[in-house]
Order: sequence, then structure tokens, then C-alpha cells
Amino acid sequence: MSKVYLGVDVGSISTKGVVIDSDGEVLARSYLWTEGNPVRAVKRVLTELETQVDGDAVEVVSVGTTGSARELTGAVLGAQVVKNEITAHAVGTLSRHPDVRTIFEIGGQDSKIIIVRDGVPVDYAMNTLCAAGTGSFLSSQARRLDVPVEDFGEHALRSKRPTKIAGRCTVFAESDLVHKAQIGHKLDDIIAGLCDAIVGNYLNNVGKGKEVLGPIVFQGGVSKNVGVVRAFEKATGHEIQVDDDGHLMGALGVALVARDSGLEAPFSFGVRDVTFETVGEECGGCPNDCEVVIVLREGAYLDGWGNRCPRGMERVRERICPQEESLAGAE
Amino acid sequence: MSVQLPDSRPFKVSFPHMGNYSIPVKLLAEQLECEIVLPPKMTRRTLEVGARHSPEFVCIPFKYNLGNYIEALEKGANLLIQAGGGCRFGYYGEVQEAILRDLGYDFGMVRLLGGWKLRDHIGDFKRVNPRLTMLRALKAYKLALRQTQALDRIEDYVRRNAGFEVQDGAFEEVHEAFLGELDTARDMRTMAEIESRYLGELEAIPTERPDDLLRIGIVGELYVLMEPFSNLFVEKELAKRGVEVHRFVTVSNMVEHGGRKGPAHVDDLIARSGDYVRYHLGADGTESVSMTYQLMQEGFDGVLHLKPFGCMPEVNAMASLQRLSREHTFPILFISYDAQTSETGLKTRLDAFCDMLRMRRQRPGTAGAIASGEERSTA
Repeated sequence: MSKVYLGVDVGSISTKGVVIDSDGEVLARSYLWTEGNPVRAVKRVLTELETQVDGDAVEVVSVGTTGSARELTGAVLGAQVVKNEITAHAVGTLSRHPDVRTIFEIGGQDSKIIIVRDGVPVDYAMNTLCAAGTGSFLSSQARRLDVPVEDFGEHALRSKRPTKIAGRCTVFAESDLVHKAQIGHKLDDIIAGLCDAIVGNYLNNVGKGKEVLGPIVFQGGVSKNVGVVRAFEKATGHEIQVDDDGHLMGALGVALVARDSGLEAPFSFGVRDVTFETVGEECGGCPNDCEVVIVLREGAYLDGWGNRCPRGMERVRERICPQEESLAGAE
Repeated sequence: MSVQLPDSRPFKVSFPHMGNYSIPVKLLAEQLECEIVLPPKMTRRTLEVGARHSPEFVCIPFKYNLGNYIEALEKGANLLIQAGGGCRFGYYGEVQEAILRDLGYDFGMVRLLGGWKLRDHIGDFKRVNPRLTMLRALKAYKLALRQTQALDRIEDYVRRNAGFEVQDGAFEEVHEAFLGELDTARDMRTMAEIESRYLGELEAIPTERPDDLLRIGIVGELYVLMEPFSNLFVEKELAKRGVEVHRFVTVSNMVEHGGRKGPAHVDDLIARSGDYVRYHLGADGTESVSMTYQLMQEGFDGVLHLKPFGCMPEVNAMASLQRLSREHTFPILFISYDAQTSETGLKTRLDAFCDMLRMRRQRPGTAGAIASGEERSTA
């Protein structure tokens, strides 16, 4: 049996999974919506991945998780590596594009820029305050215009004169968009204008003060939108590369980190049949009122977080799992 | 007029928290010879009540201060002290007083406006305690300064070493015990004795310093730098990631440089900024840029720049810092704080920052790789 590695990237909007071999080749891939339920999404990803690999020939020896639900997913899968999404994306992208010098990433709820020099990430930034430059902004505007977001690129490419739309903030953008539509701007032009607005917001906000040099790789869900790709090319004057697996780079990256970690433990796809439950409760022990989350595996405590002091976890755990023995001694 | 006494007697004095500096401030306040009511320890409630009654766009130190005042008034305080500052903070005392009066609290306020010199304020204090003499105030000031120095020295050592403790919580335990003893010290000899004894205890804690340890400097606006609750305990978070943390903005340092507004100090900062600042940026902005440049020259791996959201002097500094970072490929992580209480976003950014610094290290010749575990003097 040959050793393979599982990488799972659970974002706010989509959940991605890959299985790679020891050379980093992708043997199986999966991409589906998180739908606000990361545990269920991960189980569905496991099901999809399992059908793509030969269970008798390969053995998953190490698991990595990333994305905003990385802690929870890490606990559920018993992962060896739990990594932030910025590192995971950098590692994944560098494995495919060793000469890259700038990575643009626009996902559902956040966006980031990673500056790479000589194959090493040297600087990064992440949007902090505002969702104007992210995928969720595009999809909410798509709903308003009653155009499937998947068709945005096509519309944008048809436009000759993109409408100018204020991209500073979603609220301004939305009212600007409505006004422009009402005074008779064409749908194609408005959509192209939205793509320009996203790019303008991104470069001014996330990319502020960064030296953007080619080759540039653009990834994340929004990279599938050719309108935004074209807008980036216009704004930066560089060719923008979009990898077919661009949406999987986080999963690939964390699988590579798991492979290189040297940490191995038995893993079974059967974990998708195990019942996991999460319970969140405010501790109430002091005015901090930490929101403690506990993950239960088949009703028993598996992991937990959110507490600022050890007492917080004890208190909530005793309330949620009263059948367990005194925890004070176990800690 | 910078002192307004409350109608009610006896006076019960209170002042906002900032890090552990309530210890020396309490020593000073004792000279007023009235009961001292410390605000409760900072919690999320402090921020909630503070933010609720603050203007939405005011910076976060204002909200924390106001939260401290409200919680202190609830505990029975009736005389509040507010200090000045080099930015619009200098005006906060007036605004906070007006807000608290609108909320119906009955209290007096001592606002320490103007310079850092004792003679500027002795008149204000004498109105609270007529028995106070200049000599006695001076003596207390010197004691409080000594106490502050002990505090800053011990905490500097903890910052640089806590990340490498073998047993989790070992440094925190000694640190807590130190604070307890320092709080009761009332003469120079005891303070010196406590400082050297605890420094010895800290040095005796077993540590394992890894070969790839990172050295990160923290610069930025003074309140979010010095109040760990407001920066979501960023120094502890860095320590957990095996980082030697250096911070230069401390109260001892500020006093030494005449409230860092002394023209000679500013000139010196500008001279040592690699031409990234040419004139004073106001408040701590000049310091942020100059310190970052100096840390880069010393071979630090990276710098964290902290500021309250909307902090004008630090926004000024950021333009220079971004240019410095770009021209020298020197990593700087910018963090803005407001009333958010979730550490998740901060942890993600710190994880990524530390990973990035380590990846840079692996390549010889990359900037920052020259740093080793050399010690800075603790002065």
C-alpha cells in the first residue's frame, strides 16, 4: 500500500478536499458548499474523495486541515496538522508555480495578498474590516441583478464601456449600482463595472503599499470569474494566471504540510459515519463570559476552545458532559 | 480649571487601568490621603459599558477608560483622575466627564493637563489633599518611578523568555507573585530587593530556546501596546508561538524621554530613522517608524505595528512603514484594534506571520536571517 495524504480546507462558503501521493500529485479532489455546516460538508467531501481513490492500494497516513473551520475540522478528523489558510495557500501555490511573485486570493468572506520573492513568502495582508472586495459581495449583487454569478464573467467580457461603480464599501456600491441601472446603464456594463470595483477595492485595501510584480497567480472562488481576471489584468498591466485547481490550493497546501510534517497516524474514511456534535455555551464564571465551544464525538467530549482560562473549560464541560468524572483532577 | 471636587465626602479616588501600572499609580494616589477604589479587572463588560456610552468613532482607549470609570463609580468612587496625551487623547478627560455627568453620576475629576513635571500638577493635588507638600510628592514620585522601573524590567524579561518555558504557565506564576509583592513595597530598598529576587527566580525557570527562534519587535500606539486586554494579549500569543518579543514603549521609557515629546528625543528618533521620517508625526508615530528602522538594522525578523482603529498619528506612521517594508522586504504586520473581542482573526494573522518569518529563515541570504538569540540589555 502506498502512503497518501489528505488535505481539507473548510471555508465560510465552500469546502475543499484533496488526496495527494508522496510526490504531491493530486489523486482525488472535491469542492462543495459549506452551507453553514462544516462538519456535514467535511463528511460529504470524504465521501467524494473516497470514491476517487482505490482503498486497497492507498492508505491515508496524515491529515491536514485549514480554512476558518480548521480547528473544528481538525478535531473531527484527528488531524496531524492544523494550519492557517495563508500559509496553506502559499505552500500550495508555490508547489505548482515556483516562480510566482504575487498571489491574489479572493474567497467568499475574505481576501488576501501574498508577496513571494525567490520562492519564499515575504509579506502578506488580509482584508480586515470590509467585505466589499470579496465573493459574497459579488453574489449578493448578482442576486440583485438576477444574473447567476457564474455568468458574470461572460457578461463582463461583452461590455465595451464598464460603468463606474464606487467600490469603497458595499453600501455605497449598492446604491451606486441601483442609480446607474435606473438611469439606463446596460447590464453588461454594470457587471463589468462591478468587476472593476472589486479589483479597485482589493488593490487599494488589501494590496495597499505592496509591490505587485509578475508572475501573478489569482485564486480563490472569485478567480473563476473571467470578468474579474480581465479587470485585474487591466489594473496591474500584468498577465494573470489562474490555475484549474486554483480553488484547491489551500487544501493542497495543507496536505503538503501534513506530508512534510513527518507526523503519521491511522486514518479511516469511516469517520464520516461517526456522529459529531458541537455545543456552544457562555461560561458565566466572570464578566468575560467566554463563549466556549465543545465538540462531542458520539456524545463524549472530544475537544473544546474559546475559554480564556482553564476554569472556563472545566465549568462548561461539567455542565455539558455531567456524566464524566471530576475534570479538575483530569486536567 | 483642571480640578473639580465632588460634592460628596469622603473622597474615593479612582483611575483607569493600563497594564499593571495601577501599582505605581496607586502609590502616587495614596499621597492624596483618601480611599482608593481600583476599577475591577478588565473584562468584556468593561468594554461593553464603555463602548455603549462612547461616540462610535472615537478610538478604543477612550472606550476602555470610560468603561473603567463607570465600573469604578459603580464601586463607589467619586473622584476620577485622567491624564493627558500627545494626540486627541488630551481632550478625552473633558468628553468623558461630560458623558458621565449626562449618565447622572456624581463625581469630581482631576485632569492632569500639560507636561510631565510634578510642579505642573502639585497645585491640583493640593486641592484634594491640602496637607500634601512638594517634598512629600517628590518623594512619592521617585518611589513610584522606581516601582515602575522594577515592573518594566521584570515584564521585559518575561516578554523575551516566556515563549520558551518548558512548563506551561511557569513565567506567569512568578510574574503574578512578583506583582503581589511589588504592590505592597513602599521603600526603595524593598523594591530593589523584590526586583532582583524575582529576576533571579525568573532566570531559574527552565527554558528551551529553539534554534529557529524568532525575534519580533512591537511598536505602535502606547495604550494598545501597554494594555494587554485591549490588544487581545498579543504578546502572550506570540510567546506561545516561540517568539522572543521586544517592546520599547514602557512607562519608564516614556518618563525617561520626558513624555517622548522632548525635542531632543524626537530629533534623535528622526536621525535614526533611515530618512523614513523627516518631521515629528505626533504622539508615538515618529517612534514607531524610527524604532522599526532600528529593529530592522539590528536583524529582527519582523515587526508588529499595533494601533487603535482610526489612530491618526499611527496612520501617519503607516505610510512610511509600508515604504520601509517594501524597499527592504522587511515584514511588518499591521493590526488595528476596535471593540472586537474575537481572537480568531488575530490568531490566524499571527500564525501566518510566524510561518512566513520561518520560511524566510530557511533560505540563506534572505533578510532577517542574520538574527540570533543575542540578548539586549534590560535597561
